[in-house]
Amino acid sequence: MAALDELTDAYEKAKHDPGFQAEIDRLARDYTGRPSIVTEVPRFAQHCGGARVFLKREDLNHTGSHKINNVLGQALLTKRIGKTRVIAETGAGQHGVATATAAALMDLECVVYMGEEDTERQSLNVARMRLLGAEVVPVTAGSRTLRDAINEAYRDWVTNVETTNYIFGTAAGPHPFPEMVRDFQRVIGAEAREQMLALGGLPDAVIACVGGGSNAIGVFDAFLDDDSVRLIGCEAAGDGVETGRHASSITGGRPGVLHGSKTYVLQDEDGQTEPSHSISAGLDYPGVGPQHSFLADIGRAEYWPVTDAEAMEAFRLLSRSEGILPAIESSHALAGAIRLGRELGAGCTIVVNLSGRGDKDVEQAARWFGMLPGDES
Amino acid sequence: MSALTERLDAIKAEGRGALIGYLPVGFPTVDRSARAMQAIVEAGVDIVEVGLPYSDPVMDGATIQDAAGRALDNGTRVVDTFTAIKAVVDAGAPAVVMSYFNPMLQYGLERFADDLKAAGGSGVITPDITPDAADEWIQIARERELDTIFLVAISSTRERLHLTVEHTTGFVYAASLMGVTGERTTVGGGAEELVSRTREAGAERVCVGLGVSTGEQAAQVTRYADGVIVGSALVRCLLEHDDEAEALAALKEKTAELAAGVRAGR
Repeated sequence: MAALDELTDAYEKAKHDPGFQAEIDRLARDYTGRPSIVTEVPRFAQHCGGARVFLKREDLNHTGSHKINNVLGQALLTKRIGKTRVIAETGAGQHGVATATAAALMDLECVVYMGEEDTERQSLNVARMRLLGAEVVPVTAGSRTLRDAINEAYRDWVTNVETTNYIFGTAAGPHPFPEMVRDFQRVIGAEAREQMLALGGLPDAVIACVGGGSNAIGVFDAFLDDDSVRLIGCEAAGDGVETGRHASSITGGRPGVLHGSKTYVLQDEDGQTEPSHSISAGLDYPGVGPQHSFLADIGRAEYWPVTDAEAMEAFRLLSRSEGILPAIESSHALAGAIRLGRELGAGCTIVVNLSGRGDKDVEQAARWFGMLPGDES
Repeated sequence: MSALTERLDAIKAEGRGALIGYLPVGFPTVDRSARAMQAIVEAGVDIVEVGLPYSDPVMDGATIQDAAGRALDNGTRVVDTFTAIKAVVDAGAPAVVMSYFNPMLQYGLERFADDLKAAGGSGVITPDITPDAADEWIQIARERELDTIFLVAISSTRERLHLTVEHTTGFVYAASLMGVTGERTTVGGGAEELVSRTREAGAERVCVGLGVSTGEQAAQVTRYADGVIVGSALVRCLLEHDDEAEALAALKEKTAELAAGVRAGR
């Protein structure tokens, strides 16, 4: 497809242009607030078998998640190829908010596609996008979640490709997106690795949640050659992989093609995509970035299923023990840290990529825990 | 040479354009979709494009998404495609499958090709895979003399056109406008230029799809293309009529209008 060829060419040129990288670095420092800090969380770590747990605080970035790292890069690229309109898909709304933010900053028209079910469970982010000047289009097709939002964004792109660039939110989809998104997100791991070395040494494990897998590939990348560092991706297991109501593409899927990637896909015998299920809109996707499939196949990274209940328990523990409200997505990684810490025991060091903050999830979490006004009656 | 190619060349020799009709298998049921395909052949469709419903049809607009989604909800399987192909061939028209890649891959590319060949099909249109990513499929299809039909778009570069033409047999599918399937009041102005650029890249046969819904548009397109592909306008006849007799009557009327169009063009 011509638009992908054009984007690939533009990205190849930009990648080797020191001016482009300098602009990204400037925005990262002066706009996003990078480098993000690393916070040790000893009270939370008491629940992790006494392991030392460090959070890479992507939740403190401007707009509240790691998504901004990628979006600023792709928005700059949009300006370079001379397009005036950007579209995006979003699940939890974090990528949509980040795209709306970059569009406001760089004077681009912005349309965000969001599954209707997600607009309901993430209504606060819908309002944020609209306040930032973006148009939010609820997608009513199919399962009314992230995958349908991607389908609709593709349809917009092929129709409006002359003026429009598609800012893709995760390290999946067709080439060049998996590579490009990883490159824009690798700053997370590069910083974390340096920060850990300064704190005394490489960690025993790095843990991140995986939907499409952009925050995970971003934090894993710098550690790929550090054989002593276990890399663990936490997939959303919904009600449990065995129930069939989950979003664990690597654990519970098979190789297939979805959205232009050959990767693990939740699908039936005929190759029809199966609906995914997760409490977390951002992880509710029946595919996964192809590099994660590769890392799973070669055994360099492990992928663990984490249920809704485990994630919400981790959400509660971090909130109560450290005063940090994590995104429900990132809570899956925290649950992984609890499991791993108990397995490895005291003395081990774990880095959790806290990919986003939980402000957007307040209503949903309060409902889960029965804390909304009226729940006590 | 496939039945498809022979038919396209025979139609060209008649001095007119070919009418290619798309319907998805399984909507509203497998049997009724097969009868609908036979009905459009009787009413003047030259070649039938049998759509294999897919859960994520990113190239399709609302009409075909709706029909394909309902076909899947009704339990339509990949294997039903071959039932429909056989029905079309029995009715006397060449048949090709239109399929997104993953259902073919999961069925098994060799098994898919074998079963298609056994049903009498001529080839497959694959909208979501480009020839440079389809080596295995192309080889399997060549070994069985099945046509591999790829798409070109107005935005396709010269390099892409050459690559696509080189790996395409039967006809090149020219997407007439930038967008998804669906009816439009005008066929994209860039279609004629795209067809001529595709011919310059070496294509022998180029058929135009996307947005064609009337006899007048069909006539206009066949002035410069070897054939015109109509999908949503036919699918709509099925969506609008729950009663089978009424649906078939509407299909035949629409088909007759389009068939007159491809004969009026030159």
